[in-house]
Amino acid sequence: MKDQPNIILQAKNITKRFGGVIALDNVNLDVHLGKVNVIVGENGAGKSTLMKILSGVYPEYEGELLLNNEQVNFNNPKEAMRKGIAIIHQELNLIPYLSIAENIFLGREIHNAFGILDSRQMVKQTKKLLERLDCYLNPKTLVSELRVGEQQLIEIAKALLEDAKIVIMDEPTSAISDTEVESLFKIIANLKKHNVSILYISHKLDELFLIADRFIGLRDGKTVGTIEQVEGATKDDLIRLMVGRDIKNIYEKDAVTFGDEILKVKDICLPKATNKSCFLIENINFSVRKGEVLGLFGLMGAGRTELLETLFGLHPKIMTGSVFIDNKEVKIKSVMDAIQNGMGLVPENRKEDGLVLPMEISKNVSMACVDKVVKNGFLNSELESLLSKKYIESLNIKTPSEKQLSKNLSGGNQQKVVLAKWLATNPKVLFLDEPTRGIDVNAKNEIYHLINTLAKEGLGIVVVSSELPEIMAISDRILVLSNSKISGEFNQGNANEEAIMKAATA
Amino acid sequence: MTDLKSILVKFQSIIALLVLCVVLTILSDKFFTLENGWNIARQISINVCISVGMTMVILTKGIDLSVGSILAFSGAIAAGLLKYGLEIPSMNTYIGFTVFGAILAGLTVGGGLGVLNGWMITRFKVPPFVATLAMLAIARGATMLWTGGFPITGLGADFAIIGTGWFLGIPMPVWITVIVVVLAVILTKKTKFGRHIYAIGGNESAARLSGININKIKTWVYAIAGILAAVGGIILTARLDSAQPNAGMSYELDSIAAVVIGGTSLSGGRGSIMGTVQGALIIGVLNSGLVLLNVSPFWQQIIKGVVILLAVIMDRLNHPNED
Repeated sequence: MKDQPNIILQAKNITKRFGGVIALDNVNLDVHLGKVNVIVGENGAGKSTLMKILSGVYPEYEGELLLNNEQVNFNNPKEAMRKGIAIIHQELNLIPYLSIAENIFLGREIHNAFGILDSRQMVKQTKKLLERLDCYLNPKTLVSELRVGEQQLIEIAKALLEDAKIVIMDEPTSAISDTEVESLFKIIANLKKHNVSILYISHKLDELFLIADRFIGLRDGKTVGTIEQVEGATKDDLIRLMVGRDIKNIYEKDAVTFGDEILKVKDICLPKATNKSCFLIENINFSVRKGEVLGLFGLMGAGRTELLETLFGLHPKIMTGSVFIDNKEVKIKSVMDAIQNGMGLVPENRKEDGLVLPMEISKNVSMACVDKVVKNGFLNSELESLLSKKYIESLNIKTPSEKQLSKNLSGGNQQKVVLAKWLATNPKVLFLDEPTRGIDVNAKNEIYHLINTLAKEGLGIVVVSSELPEIMAISDRILVLSNSKISGEFNQGNANEEAIMKAATA
Repeated sequence: MTDLKSILVKFQSIIALLVLCVVLTILSDKFFTLENGWNIARQISINVCISVGMTMVILTKGIDLSVGSILAFSGAIAAGLLKYGLEIPSMNTYIGFTVFGAILAGLTVGGGLGVLNGWMITRFKVPPFVATLAMLAIARGATMLWTGGFPITGLGADFAIIGTGWFLGIPMPVWITVIVVVLAVILTKKTKFGRHIYAIGGNESAARLSGININKIKTWVYAIAGILAAVGGIILTARLDSAQPNAGMSYELDSIAAVVIGGTSLSGGRGSIMGTVQGALIIGVLNSGLVLLNVSPFWQQIIKGVVILLAVIMDRLNHPNED
């Protein structure tokens, strides 16, 4: 006899329209009690919309929600919370200059009859709550002093205070280091023990197998199937569930013949601004040849982003060491110098650092080389349109026109616009910091192929990624950073996951 | 349907302005006359000059509270130099100033104070609100020192032309303002500098990583705001034939109102010079109409406040996703 699953929350025939666009089309979803229910789907499949309905953010929809077989309708997140459904958002919603306890009790402070806060009581309860999560932080610590992973834990504690029965986690591992992921998974296991049900969304397919009890596939606003037996299921099964076709998952890099050395860095150090004897990156030496893709791997805080920033002229006053391009030493004192010497940087966070979202695609594309679209001293919109059209075509950016505002594009297409901005400067060396973060599987593959094409055209490419399979697939050579220093170097041939991870944790 | 809506949204300031004009024409027979038209144009010309600079500042996500004081100081400098010249007792020298020289000195002082604003903001990371609030006090105090607290009057007919003269049937201040607006539109829409202003306001971090020199652009923007405040100060001084020590008090507020009513976002990156011109026109027409209708000055203030709120509420409704 098979166990009958205990269904705590059921969504029946949910349809949600935004104007004329159907975001969810007759979606059915069962949440099993005390299980980790994982929803997989491409970007735009409707995952976030569905979560927002379940957590009361969108009160208007067709269809019904049954909580313990009882029909419910939430008018706002607070009502959902009261019924035991809590959501941990992708972006954390904590107030930095309040303490952990103050954040956890925000909006439900304990006070006496005169309205005076009982902080002792709140601190005490917070401590208990944190201990339940195996966390021994001082409740009086300011949230601004916590690492991202710790902040996430506080969000979870906040949900537990309300006695949440269902916790929704939207991409919880996108911003935290691998060790923090590990402790998050422990917490999830712990929650399961207390019969809390988890709804989990993530793009990182590999990690899902560590925690999932079942998978639900969402595609184009429809539920397309579930995998109830996690054992024996493979990544390919998941990808099929998400995209409904066999896409070639493991991308294979074309062989490229390398040219001359294009970039060499020698003894690069970046001391901390506050403490000169402490280094954010220390004695970094490496070189890249034309056509070569160099992968930079490291855990959170290893110094990957700092290294790219330093080379790109963002810390000119405190950095030491020398940079050679085309075998000539160059002095890079500003971003402008970096660009003029043929460098480009696609930053880690495209929305915050990569794009001016309220601007047209064409203006974003020309941003780092405006001189190219200036004619007789004035901006020439024809030249600008031509420039961006060239890249819209060659990078396959999906948009009705080059005049579209960048904020209206999907994540993958936004990333391509950032890439176009740098290609428009005709760089010799391109730094890519987490180029596929938060974009869907198909767009990822497109980016991989683009990187390959650019390398073939003779660019030197340095890619930072925290996803091992990704960095192994796209790099010719991998450098591993750990504690601000290079701790290992691997060629495509001798790289394996364990060895790289070992170097990264050295 | 959506097309009609987007057209309405795009031209909402002009539509509001037209409706306002039609209503006032019905209510008062003195409103729709050439004379009143020139009156309004002359009256708003100073606000438009200041607000053009303010628009650029706000487009970079900044604010400039010091324009009223800079206006007063530059006007007083120009007037003082024109009338008394510059005496340096320690060097036993006297420098006399022509009208042109005095104006140039006024503009230089305005620009200089603007550069100082920009320097504080970019070099020492003083928030624009605070840096320009300090300048508001400093420049006002400097004006008092320079004038001794008394108006400088009797500046001569050549100077007065700037404020009261006509050229080709159009008042001089209107000419000056039109030139300022045309140059500013070209600067913001057609040059690299203008593009960088929008980029900085839209996303400063992305702009920096694209190699844009944020500090340089910002400093220039505050300098331009200072120069345009000085232009306003010279027009005002010439019109009154007198530099008043308390000239331009609270002009910064009218200017911010014009910018906001004109649809420029205080969070930066969105807006236009022409929007601000429309905003200033709405304020000017409203002022004139309320005076013609004998509305009490107390009520005029309240109505102006309500119009600002309405404009911003409309803006919010049209752009619901911005902070």
